[in-house]
Amino acid sequence: MDDLKNIQLSGYLRSDGRKGIRNIVVIAYLVECVHFVADEIASYFKRQPVHVIGFSGCYPNAHADKVMNALCTHPNVGAVLLLSLGCESFNKKRIIETIIETKRPVTLITAQQAGGTKAVIKEGKQWVNEVLLQLEKQTKVPMSLNEIVVGTICGGSDATSGITANPSVGKAFDKLVKAGFAVMFEETGEMIGLENHMAKRAVTKELGTVLYDAVVKAAKYYSIMGHGSFAPGNADGGLTTIEEKSMGAYSKGGHSPITGLLKPGDIPRHGGLYLLDVVPDGEPMFGFPNINDSAEISELMACGCHIILFTTGRGSIVGSAISPVIKICANPETYGRMKDDMDINAGKILLNEATMEDIANEIIEKIVDVANGAATCSEELGHREFVLSYKRFEPAGPACLP
Amino acid sequence: MKSLHKNIIQLHEKDNVVVVVETLQAGDIIAINGKEIFVTKALDIGHKLALKNISKGEQIIKYGIAIGRASEDIGSGMHVHTHNLRSDYLPTYTLN
Repeated sequence: MDDLKNIQLSGYLRSDGRKGIRNIVVIAYLVECVHFVADEIASYFKRQPVHVIGFSGCYPNAHADKVMNALCTHPNVGAVLLLSLGCESFNKKRIIETIIETKRPVTLITAQQAGGTKAVIKEGKQWVNEVLLQLEKQTKVPMSLNEIVVGTICGGSDATSGITANPSVGKAFDKLVKAGFAVMFEETGEMIGLENHMAKRAVTKELGTVLYDAVVKAAKYYSIMGHGSFAPGNADGGLTTIEEKSMGAYSKGGHSPITGLLKPGDIPRHGGLYLLDVVPDGEPMFGFPNINDSAEISELMACGCHIILFTTGRGSIVGSAISPVIKICANPETYGRMKDDMDINAGKILLNEATMEDIANEIIEKIVDVANGAATCSEELGHREFVLSYKRFEPAGPACLP
Repeated sequence: MKSLHKNIIQLHEKDNVVVVVETLQAGDIIAINGKEIFVTKALDIGHKLALKNISKGEQIIKYGIAIGRASEDIGSGMHVHTHNLRSDYLPTYTLN
């Protein structure tokens, strides 16, 4: 574990120098109207690395555009099939050019030109078939373990999350940051009450102000929405207030200094611990910042995360398109009920069967295995959830990434 | 993390609540601060019990930080949750 820096793997080299641990064919619908045909095409490739992502809206949105462009050029993505109805607002010319620049195989099928449902499915299926064969021949290059970007999220939290799984991820993050990895945590709505503490951890005073402001913004945003990032199940699991949930969520970030603040779609330029600001800028406009856990995972992936560490106490079952999700179960009783969905049982800490250090090491060993190609539980089960909604962001200012 | 009894832990020395780490049944007797507490209702993992008497308006401390305030007087050993603890930031939504 001490020589994390020296662990070598192999990955798929992309044109921007990043490397992938998966080589996925993405089917991307550019409006909801072609979502069904995207799923139909993917249905022919069950158990194969073919994942559907997309944006439902017909109105243009710079955030969705940035996230879709980032995901179609994500290091774990090998090729992209773009699906258009033909009259939507999504800038398909730009996204196809972005993908072509990266030398990935890409094609665009437009339903109104192709001749409707049957034609799109037939053409799409044929293209995916061919491209899968092409990707199989792609050779891998040597890759250092610390080229992997790791993100963390908690979902279905209960009061054990903040005692076992979240601080264990924090400990793993501390080790990863020391070994030169870029890692990120998110959901500023779950930092409410901790703004002062977090600001002090910033690498510069200016970044500290940015972090503080991000949490104040989140508190204000959620107040206007009339509802914090707190679900009834959180209360059933013993959590009473947002501050309490925050404290548990915050511990996922560990104790490293905070290197920068990212907005969805920003890629960390060097190692360190980053906070991903998921709460939109300006007055609330499109509703809740992230409508569910899957929306948060989409944004972590858009920031280049190769692997997502997902902690849960109540028991979440989601996985994701593109980046493998490692489930770390905080509650030993939940683990007992939902073993097939859980990669790691952090609940052992409560039973005095493991220390936090043991679980942190188990998490890192799992990252190495998954980076080497081992399937996570959610991958094994075939999970491919994906959610992307309307949002508005100002670009990250110079103080965000010192 | 301090284990006061096999079913509960105190996460931080400043805390005035403890956390259930193994389900408590109604009728269980646990010791908090040398005082035996009779558990009146079953409590699942993760729920909080008052470690001392807490007056209305006093901060509830967990992980060494304030997680809200007591909305009524809370006796030592009592369940601390949405019925007697309020956030200083955003109200908590429950289905009840």
